[in-house]
Amino acid sequence: MAKLKETGVKKVGLELYHWFEFRLGLAKPAIEAASHPVPASSASWWYVFGSAATVLFMLQIMTGILLALVYTPSASQAWNSLQFLNHNVALGWFLRALHGWGSDFMVAIVLIHLVQVFMFGAYKFPRELTWIIGVFLLLLTLGMAFTGQVLRFDQDAYWGLGIGASIMSRVPIIGAPLVHFLLGAPIIGSATLSRFFTLHVFVIPGLLLAGVALHVLMVLRLGINEWPMPGRIVRKSTYEAEYHKLNEENGIPFVPDAAWKDAIFAAAIVLAVMACAFFFGPFGPSGQPDPTIIQTTPAPDAPFFWIFALLSLLPPDMETPIILIAPVVVIGAMLLLPLVAGEGEKHWSRRPLAVLMVSVIAVSIGILTRLGFTTPWSPVMSAWTSDAIPPKYLHERTPLERQGALVFQNKQCRNCHEVGGEGGQRGPALDAVSTRLTEDQLVRQVLQGGGNMPAYGNALNPSETTALVAFLETLRGNELRPAQDASRAITNPTPPGTTFPGEKLPPGQPHLSNKPRNPGKP
Amino acid sequence: MSEHEDDHLTDNLSPEESKLQSEPKSGPKDHSRRVFLFKLSLLVNGAVGVVLAVPIIGYLLGPIFQKKNYHSWITLGNVNDFPEGETRLASYRNPSTTSWDGQTGNVPCWVRRVSGNQFQVFAINCAHLGCPVRWFAQSKLFLCPCHGGAYYEDGERAAGPPERGLFEYKYRVAGAKLMINAGEMPTLATPASAQNANFVPLNKVGCASWRS
Repeated sequence: MAKLKETGVKKVGLELYHWFEFRLGLAKPAIEAASHPVPASSASWWYVFGSAATVLFMLQIMTGILLALVYTPSASQAWNSLQFLNHNVALGWFLRALHGWGSDFMVAIVLIHLVQVFMFGAYKFPRELTWIIGVFLLLLTLGMAFTGQVLRFDQDAYWGLGIGASIMSRVPIIGAPLVHFLLGAPIIGSATLSRFFTLHVFVIPGLLLAGVALHVLMVLRLGINEWPMPGRIVRKSTYEAEYHKLNEENGIPFVPDAAWKDAIFAAAIVLAVMACAFFFGPFGPSGQPDPTIIQTTPAPDAPFFWIFALLSLLPPDMETPIILIAPVVVIGAMLLLPLVAGEGEKHWSRRPLAVLMVSVIAVSIGILTRLGFTTPWSPVMSAWTSDAIPPKYLHERTPLERQGALVFQNKQCRNCHEVGGEGGQRGPALDAVSTRLTEDQLVRQVLQGGGNMPAYGNALNPSETTALVAFLETLRGNELRPAQDASRAITNPTPPGTTFPGEKLPPGQPHLSNKPRNPGKP
Repeated sequence: MSEHEDDHLTDNLSPEESKLQSEPKSGPKDHSRRVFLFKLSLLVNGAVGVVLAVPIIGYLLGPIFQKKNYHSWITLGNVNDFPEGETRLASYRNPSTTSWDGQTGNVPCWVRRVSGNQFQVFAINCAHLGCPVRWFAQSKLFLCPCHGGAYYEDGERAAGPPERGLFEYKYRVAGAKLMINAGEMPTLATPASAQNANFVPLNKVGCASWRS
């Protein structure tokens, strides 16, 4: 009886399926596509990044739609609605965290996918267009990351837009129209936020969906790249026949023989996103987007740290040309790559230039990203009031030298100069400054600046300068010998102190006096 | 009877209809008229598309082609709010804002009263990439937190990546009020004040709005 019932249910189910399939006609081509043969060598853990990126994209669409249920894209309310999501909406914080971490993971996986495809020579004939579309997908993904950061409408977003506008303003001739087009108004405001909302929610996702569909369709149409072998040369005349033969000889159906690895990896990645979201929580929002609150240190999101670092470290006179020309060159080179190098070796062991390029670029971006975290070029705005002077630099010092230490703090020298490992790193650390500069050089450097240091001539009176230089002269690192001006010995029979008390005269330098330091000074 | 009726029906057809009916007889390949009509329909749609594109692109590029001057004269405060020889942070409501701009419509600036009625009013935006510069009275420097640009008290570039000094607003002292000409985020391409900023009488102050 039960068995009869079961077969009945089965029959009804099959009938339903046939009813739909007769009208839709989707299942047959879908099954054919899913079970298409792929080279057995391609069923590898190295081939899982594309599908993982697609799964993350789906996650972003889903969480994005859910966030849009609450988010308010208005400059006056966006920040409040994010706080509301974080604190008042049940699990709002978790959805925000999923979307934020999903974004970072998606950028990372897309980049790994790009490197894998490049190293495996998968961009070569006949998959040139797949690569070119992939380059656009990468740019769109980065576009999503940047516009998403703007929608998190906090201080970082506000000043990040200012940076965007300032970069646009450097374009010759059409700079001003570009700034107005970017901001949608004369200042950063609601018009700007609405623009980025439109880009982030409608324009770029639409382009991404279309691009991903094309990208995947082309992978199905042209077949997945086979595992490269040294010496197996890609030739336009023979490649397709070779690939076909490879698939006939040891092809396996993509579903299920190869796809299980994609599925496992995708599940692991989604789980990792969930874990990060759960343990680390959502990104911000940081302070309110109120430009009158200027106590802020704007910084971009992690995917753009390396650009942030690059903008800080470029020589000023090269900055505009590099900002404007480098992206065109880099993107152009990526787009042209498969058209220029569409044939030849695929295996990395036969492409040393490719390996070198990836290594250099990866190391460079890695270093720049790390610098973006530490921002050694930024003055530490609070160092002058918050960082202590190491006690050893005050022990057994004259009143003048201690006064100099106060001048050192009060005049904000600390914001750019480290002492005892604390303070800004914009300028050199000063723990051993008097071994590098003589007294005269110190005075000159303080008053006139130079070498990327402002001149303090207007900000210091003579007694402050004297005290400051007296303090700086005590900073001799590990009791190293101070720098000395050799000409002093010739012009002045009693040169100023160049040895510390109790030090023996160095042999062969009879001009050095053995007097206490700073003679003639109070 | 039936034959007669058929004849009758055929007779009743208009010339166009009979022509249409007779067309297949000359073979399916002879479709030049339909091809022509299809091409004509493409042309018509193209023309409609162009006409439609004009307002759409006009709307999209509106912020570029807006010829209206964004700048106007704004009161920053009383002259005596700014002590001589000091540099103070001030802020104003941008002349062209909407109510939903919220706090982003409030723009800060640095006011340096050199002496008497002699002022310098600096934009908050660093000339490098627009971050907010901070004034340090003790070292008499403006420092930028983003990339370390530094400026002297008179706005001149002191150090760091900026290629020029701070952006400066044009100002007027009207009676006891300090006024500046402002309305746009200053960048290397967009000026802090209107190039031809002329003084507006005090009773017109504050009339500026988005559409005026």
